[in-house]
Amino acid sequence: MALLHLRPDDDAAIRAHGVRAYPHECCGFLLGCDEDAARRIVQALPATNIRGEEELHNRFTISPEAFMQADKAARAQSVDILGFYHSHPNAPARPSAYDLEHAWPVYSYVIIAVEAGQPAQMTCWVLKDDRSEFDEYPILIKDM
Amino acid sequence: MPLKVSIPTALRQFADGQNTVELAGENVGQVLHQLGDRFPQLQHHLFTDDGDVRNFVNVFVNDDNIRDCKQLDTPLCDGDEVTIVPAVAGGGPRPN
Repeated sequence: MALLHLRPDDDAAIRAHGVRAYPHECCGFLLGCDEDAARRIVQALPATNIRGEEELHNRFTISPEAFMQADKAARAQSVDILGFYHSHPNAPARPSAYDLEHAWPVYSYVIIAVEAGQPAQMTCWVLKDDRSEFDEYPILIKDM
Repeated sequence: MPLKVSIPTALRQFADGQNTVELAGENVGQVLHQLGDRFPQLQHHLFTDDGDVRNFVNVFVNDDNIRDCKQLDTPLCDGDEVTIVPAVAGGGPRPN
């Protein structure tokens, strides 16, 4: 994968989800397919952050049941779950140590920073095979 | 009894790139161990050294999480679909 290709509608939806959830973290799925030049995301699918109230400001968890539903939605469109997005309220759009600890290989992890309730930088990361750190990938916002 | 095991994107690299594998077995444990035998690299990602399913891995039979059933002893019927589901979590830095 050279870059992550997001539709403008999904870019806006992820940013809006981050604002709605603020000061809590939002989260969701990225459904799409891998092509030679890009990982093409055809849908950003919001999910419920099931962490306890006291952790919602800097933690997210997606339930396995939600993953199953998203997987069905992906298959119905002949695509795959290729990643996840989440927000970092009042923190940079860079993976934390906790992100690193819980990440899986191959998936794209999109992070949207939300500063004082406003969407800020959005970044995309993929875990290195040796789990030592993430590689950052550019995001292309463009109609398909 | 033949059934289909679905492998998530993150683990397909350890299963020759396949998204589904046809296997047979009477319960989830038998099927997952067959899967691990066929793809030894996958075994490490599914099971702890004690033989339990890893905490970061969920397994569904059709729409039911095996943690809500009989875990690895959950029985399987002809045509059931077993889905491996990675736990998804993360979050921002701890405040100073």
